[in-house]
Amino acid sequence: MSNSTSTPGIAAERLEGPALKDNFSDLHAPLSDHEALVAADRCYFCHDAPCMTACPTSIDIPLFIRQISTGTPEASAKTIFSQNILGGMCARVCPTETLCEEVCVREVAEGKPVEIGRLQRYATDTLMAQGEQPFERAASTGKTIAVVGAGPAGLACAHKLAMLGHDVVLFEARSKGGGLNEFGIAAYKSVDGFAQREVDWLLGIGGITLNYGQAIGDGLTLESLQADYDAVFLGMGLSGVNALRCEGEELAGVSDAVEFIADLRQAEDLRKVEVGRNVVVIGGGMTAVDAAVQSKLLGAQDVALVYRRGKEAMSASLYEQELATSKGVRIIYNAQPMKVAKSGKALSVEFAYTKTKKGKLTRTGESFNLPADQVFKAIGQTLEGAPDALAIDGGKITVDENGQTSVAGVWAGGDCASGGDDLTVTAVAEGRDAALNIHSTL
Amino acid sequence: MADLTTTFVGITSPNPFWLASAPPTDKEYNVRRAFEAGWGGVVWKTLGSEGPPVVNVNGPRYGVIHGADRRVLGLNNIELITDRDLYQNLEEIKRVKADYPDRAIIVSLMVPCEEEAWKAILPLVEDTGADGIELNFGCPHGMAERGMGSAVGQVPEYIEMVTRWCKQYYSKPVIVKLTPNITDIRQPAAAAMRGGADAVSLINTINSIISVDLDAMAPQPTIDGKGTHGGYCGPAVKPIAMNMVAEIARSPETAGLPISGIGGITTWRDAAEFMVLGCGNVQVCTAAMTYGFKVVQEMISGLSQWMDEKGHTSVSDFAGAAVPNVTDWQYLNLNYVTKASISQDDCISCGRCFAACEDTSHQAILMSEDRVFTVDNSECVACNLCVEVCPVEDCITMVVQEPGSVDERTGKPVVKEHGDWTKHPNNPGAVAAE
Repeated sequence: MSNSTSTPGIAAERLEGPALKDNFSDLHAPLSDHEALVAADRCYFCHDAPCMTACPTSIDIPLFIRQISTGTPEASAKTIFSQNILGGMCARVCPTETLCEEVCVREVAEGKPVEIGRLQRYATDTLMAQGEQPFERAASTGKTIAVVGAGPAGLACAHKLAMLGHDVVLFEARSKGGGLNEFGIAAYKSVDGFAQREVDWLLGIGGITLNYGQAIGDGLTLESLQADYDAVFLGMGLSGVNALRCEGEELAGVSDAVEFIADLRQAEDLRKVEVGRNVVVIGGGMTAVDAAVQSKLLGAQDVALVYRRGKEAMSASLYEQELATSKGVRIIYNAQPMKVAKSGKALSVEFAYTKTKKGKLTRTGESFNLPADQVFKAIGQTLEGAPDALAIDGGKITVDENGQTSVAGVWAGGDCASGGDDLTVTAVAEGRDAALNIHSTL
Repeated sequence: MADLTTTFVGITSPNPFWLASAPPTDKEYNVRRAFEAGWGGVVWKTLGSEGPPVVNVNGPRYGVIHGADRRVLGLNNIELITDRDLYQNLEEIKRVKADYPDRAIIVSLMVPCEEEAWKAILPLVEDTGADGIELNFGCPHGMAERGMGSAVGQVPEYIEMVTRWCKQYYSKPVIVKLTPNITDIRQPAAAAMRGGADAVSLINTINSIISVDLDAMAPQPTIDGKGTHGGYCGPAVKPIAMNMVAEIARSPETAGLPISGIGGITTWRDAAEFMVLGCGNVQVCTAAMTYGFKVVQEMISGLSQWMDEKGHTSVSDFAGAAVPNVTDWQYLNLNYVTKASISQDDCISCGRCFAACEDTSHQAILMSEDRVFTVDNSECVACNLCVEVCPVEDCITMVVQEPGSVDERTGKPVVKEHGDWTKHPNNPGAVAAE
């Protein structure tokens, strides 16, 4: 091996193959049959269960866990998929610690919730391993709906529409479906090509044609879609990235965290992925954590995650923050970037310390510098390429509770649409509900 | 530390924990290890008549009901009595007894219901130096088809007759082991008493089909596609056994008859419960078969600690202590009123009490929009279902309504005086209160 964690600059192969394989293996190992039974037995089968209320897709969690405990994980998976067709991915990437597991009565009572996420994965993995698509399509309605974006929202919408008997043409800008599941989350949360397997399995319902390399403004217009299809659903995500708005942002070595993560996810061989000896990640969300942790796992010597507000304000959960620190990432709170400058062959990032007073961020007057070979920006994504005809609210496509946009016949959901958290599970709920609403209006 | 030394029908053992007649006590190797582990006594696995021994199936003998984490709740078996040679067993018994004079060794016996058969085996057992015999009138499977085991235990006249033969041809204590597969346990117990039994032991196993293989369409354990009923034991049978023990202990006809308690005893607490219901000692099998002989150490330490806490210096201090409080339903005080009360500090808002009460009981638990659960005293009949389904111990409790207060459900004042069904105005046969 030519390189190590201390090799200066940006370099590939900082770690050997086995170490990388170990670093990027499943974050949470799947439950064995026996472990699943033991974990399932902890569920109290609560009345009107809080976990179910906390789930954006309202999965009947007590029921699916009971089905596991009686030896019918396949029936359990159907309970999950009937509410959330991406239940397999959600079992892996949902921040359960702030959703179902946070309100689990056993979390409240003992600080140790029922392992809902892992149980959901156990059930969904069991059924998906059988290769069976548990749903059948209704009789054809003769309608065809255009769905833009094959991310969680678009896939959930397309699947539900197909189930209801409609034909769906799904347009995807990239060369693969899955959206952020494929390009935007940490590799150790979705190992062994799960995102693609899930897309393939989901499409198994039939009636969905997936066209790659097409997006609004890139071969498609809203007007033509409206003219050619009975309804349009937009689930195009947020393709833009916020700028740091500080001096030196354009320097080589400064890049978008989403790009780094996407490249890493698509890499055939992790040994070929380059990472700096010193990495600075700026931001406070899941993307920031995923970029920081994966930099460390690739073999970066020092990784600092710098966030302008305090621990509690960070949108990455406390669990995610702890995961980052446990992997060796240093989190620096209350600091904002002022300037990126060249420093020899590397960079130096100047940060100003901040404090938050009555919600307002102010600088304390103190500052510090961090050496960096790579600087990753992870301060949020923005909507790009939204059709002009649509009303925009807070940088997102305005939708009502049914996902309808300001233009009749056009629905939107997922990260590109207003309302809800930017989570896979929320996108699935929005896509699904828009499909139901589209169905009711056709 | 409390002295656990127990003397049962004149047989002294260092503690009241005996291993029941069953696979754990089938041979010298096991019994020596049991004694080394601390068991106070054993009832040697049932011996049959001289001659070719019985044979067992060569497929599975056991089936189980599992609880959480494959915890054994109930065990079913189709094993027969010892399948080893009578004389080999007798020699081993003699050797072990000689080496462990302070431990109790009782020999379980099952021979045909003929005087000659008993007359033949009893002197052989006498010669071993064992402390007594236990008559296996209980096994419900296999041997019962041949007119032994529970086939005898189900006919009080046979019990009396055989017990009498044993008392005639054997000098030491005779314990009669009863089958629960009968209607009224007091009848066989009384028959044993009439025959001169020194004690009864109960319960033997319960007739059972523990599970069915839904692929093979056959009961389990399945032997080449077929299954048969077996004998059920383990924690699941404890409530049935304790009721039978209490019935014998409180029946005027059998009161005072020494009882060796058997049936799902797994912990010191189980043992204490059997003993306060009238048992002089207890016998254990399933717990040992599940966890090994070492479990007795918890039973010994737990019972000692409890006795110390309660100030008992000997097991005879508390044996039978709860018997006077076991009564008939008709004597329960209907003027005693309680109401469920939910501790909001302890409540984890699972809503199980609500589901149980709302769907299956008296609609006496109210649920607010923010999941606060409270009891509606005007509907609560104090059934205790909420207490039992609540996953948090002592979160829901039954609060006694003080005399003088008004029962919100009936609108009537709670009275201090005892009032049971025998005096209740709705009872056509009521005896007017004096």
